Amino acid sequence: MGVIKSVVTFVLLGLAASALAGPDIQTWKLDNGTKVLFVPARDLPMVQLSLVFDAGSARDPEHRSGLAGFVAGMLEEGAAGLTANQVADGFESLGAEFSAGVDNDMAMINLRSLADSDYLDPAIELMQKLVTRPDFPEASLARERARAIVGFARARQQPDYIGKIRFFDAMYGKHPYAHQTEGDEASVKTIAVDDLKQFHKQFYVGNNAVLAIVGDLSGKAARTLANRLAGTLPAGNSATDIPKVSLPAASYKKHIPFQSTQTHIFIGQPGMSRTDPDYFSLYVGNYILGGGGFVSRLMDQVREKQGLAYSVYSYFWPLREPGPFQIGMQTKNSERDKALALLDRILRDFVKNGPTDAELKAAKQNLTGGFPMRIDSNKKISGYLAVIGFYDLPLDYIDRFIGNVEAVTVESIRDAFRRRVHPDKMVTITVGG
Amino acid sequence: MTVMELIRRAALLAPIVLLGACTTTQIHERTLDNGLKIIVQENHRAPVVVSQVWYKVGAIDEPEGLTGISHVLEHLMFKGTKTLKPGEFSRIIAAEGGRENAFTGNDYTAYFQTLEKSRLPVSFRLEADRMQNLVFDESEFQKEAAVVREERRLRTEDNPEALTYEQFNATAYTVHPYRHPIVGWMKDLEAHTLDDMKQWYSNWYAPNNATLVVAGDVRPAEVFSLAEQYFGKLPVRKTARRNIPAEPAQTSARHSTVKAPAKVPYYITGYHVPVLGHGKDEDVYALSVLAGVLDGGNSARLTRELVRGSQVAASAGAGFNGMARGPGMFMLDGTPASGKTVAELESALMQQVERLKQEMVSEDELKRIKAQVLASDIFGRDSVFYQAMRIGMMETIGLDYRTMDDYLDNIKKVTPEKMREVAQKYLVVSNQTTTVLEPQPMNTKSRRKPMPGGGHGRH
Repeated sequence: MGVIKSVVTFVLLGLAASALAGPDIQTWKLDNGTKVLFVPARDLPMVQLSLVFDAGSARDPEHRSGLAGFVAGMLEEGAAGLTANQVADGFESLGAEFSAGVDNDMAMINLRSLADSDYLDPAIELMQKLVTRPDFPEASLARERARAIVGFARARQQPDYIGKIRFFDAMYGKHPYAHQTEGDEASVKTIAVDDLKQFHKQFYVGNNAVLAIVGDLSGKAARTLANRLAGTLPAGNSATDIPKVSLPAASYKKHIPFQSTQTHIFIGQPGMSRTDPDYFSLYVGNYILGGGGFVSRLMDQVREKQGLAYSVYSYFWPLREPGPFQIGMQTKNSERDKALALLDRILRDFVKNGPTDAELKAAKQNLTGGFPMRIDSNKKISGYLAVIGFYDLPLDYIDRFIGNVEAVTVESIRDAFRRRVHPDKMVTITVGG
Repeated sequence: MTVMELIRRAALLAPIVLLGACTTTQIHERTLDNGLKIIVQENHRAPVVVSQVWYKVGAIDEPEGLTGISHVLEHLMFKGTKTLKPGEFSRIIAAEGGRENAFTGNDYTAYFQTLEKSRLPVSFRLEADRMQNLVFDESEFQKEAAVVREERRLRTEDNPEALTYEQFNATAYTVHPYRHPIVGWMKDLEAHTLDDMKQWYSNWYAPNNATLVVAGDVRPAEVFSLAEQYFGKLPVRKTARRNIPAEPAQTSARHSTVKAPAKVPYYITGYHVPVLGHGKDEDVYALSVLAGVLDGGNSARLTRELVRGSQVAASAGAGFNGMARGPGMFMLDGTPASGKTVAELESALMQQVERLKQEMVSEDELKRIKAQVLASDIFGRDSVFYQAMRIGMMETIGLDYRTMDDYLDNIKKVTPEKMREVAQKYLVVSNQTTTVLEPQPMNTKSRRKPMPGGGHGRH
């Protein structure tokens, strides 16, 4: 059992309206280095938690892309002598929901359970076995590899998947963000039990872990739970830095013929990191460009004014290192060139001139006025805790959100976009007939 | 590797047991003089409110030749009223910090906003306005019709499994409108006129054909008074006569195939079954639990025995939605594992169906399903949107939302004997329809036949 090294409770101050305050986050570290973030939520008898490791697909070894995802996915296949059937029975007979998966940075192991200890305790015990003592049975691995191959074939029926692969490949080259989290046919075939065991041993350790808990627990009960779930992980070492991302030196354009009625368009480049100094200028700017639902420039000009697409958007996906900035849409094949020209014009105009005062005002109204919806469920709060813990964001990140949005100006958006978004160096992938 | 499966499963087969229950304490209702029914679910966990307007009109109401019209009209509802310009609805909601959208189903068309709680009047003002003041402009209509055709291309035309699902419905139903895709057939999407849209709006958009559901940090008395203020003056309108042909009883097995460029085969089969509210509720609850026995998670039979056990399937699922205005369908679907054929997959699925008819379901399996329903009741309360959805859907299909109160009890009452009985009664070959995707090479230039599928939703 770990012992609590420090307990820090942040009480929120300084916001105009108490209704706009974020949750009261308690945080401490276990002996093995696991960072715990906890928010009590006593009005529903449930617990939502995520155990996160710095063990996403960026940690895949060369020629083993998909390994991180296999490790997370294979936890359920057996642990401490329990079979996959016993594991599944174990959670589901308690009504508990267990899931595990990876993105580029994180491996995320999630549990939702009733808070009553008759349900919660056995679910935690089972999850602890999966995370600390997975068996990675050879036969299960063979079956999951075969299922993955079928999954790849199904995915390749769709132009969107083909485009995504080529887009990331062109944007990131040799960087570990280049490959898909699920790997590919060739890499998956080579994944062996020893690879899983080695990866798990290296990365599923206390100094590489964050535990986010939201639920109907006292502070004391949360500490007991954290120790029981994660306290027996070996301390190990935190993962080393992942390589820096470099921007493509020149634009890259590629069309991939595909037998579909629509052409899928991917335009982008590496964008921003989770701790980027330009984060809020790029975030608010992107809301105006293509992130803001029905009111963005892309939606207005491509869909509402031209009827060219059902879905058109842009996003920054912030990761440890700069994740992708992407503009995307799909249109019938005959409109491809028109759509490409329009997207290029909209992007260049936005980078050159930035938003109008009216657009910025509307964006701020939406982002600040909608703040309560960001934290209106245990599930959403738990997601924030995981991100805050994983990326070492300030504990009052949620409270400062409104102030950070308000501080953005037309000039800061224009400046950030001009420095960070380069229309002449975009990767452009089109897939279609 | 499983993301696509999850999306498909969520779209096609969602066992009702996992939708679970939601107890209805703290729900209040009132009906205005003009027939608008208002239901308020209090949930004071966050200073947030969800407002949803549900119209009792959907694909089920559409005649031949006008398929997809409910969904196209849903898009046009954002295109302006006598006092709002196209897109202004969305701009106002956005400036209030709100999130909004709409969705169309077989049985309903619904519009929603999620807002900080003090902004509820904005939602009411705008929804009341477009309930009676929508304007119809030819050029806005033409653009939006093009958007919807792109939506169909995206969700269905270029997705071989969606095409297969669409073809399944067209085979399983011979006359009932559930045979048509919610998004509509492409030929119909090309043929709709502005006058069709006007007529559809005038047929169905009236307070007496709508339910207003509000969930969140609100006081019912205040919501009722606000609703009276904004919706109270809307006149009652006579809605069109519903003329929904009944599906004749199926007497022999049906089969169809979809040939489309693809790499992996896909199999769907289904049986006609009853839904709640038509005197066969006991059967419906038993069928719900049966769906949970087959596919209520990783411990359920299909994953345990077909994916992990015999490994004949790369994925397999079962689903049954016992809540609908029209008839029900108990479905199974799957993708064969590498090196296995559709015939082998089908045989394994049919063995599972036979087993339901021969053997009693074990107590452990029943216990697991009941635990899941109990937990889902609690988990469901973590989302006000979900709570509002449940109420709106049930009301719109004609079920009292209080049905939810008894849900867990009714599930608990299901016995192994009853489950075997309903399996023997409904899961029979003469009542069965099967559709198979036969992949065609993807490198030829022959254009795929536009055979249709169920897209919906504005976003």
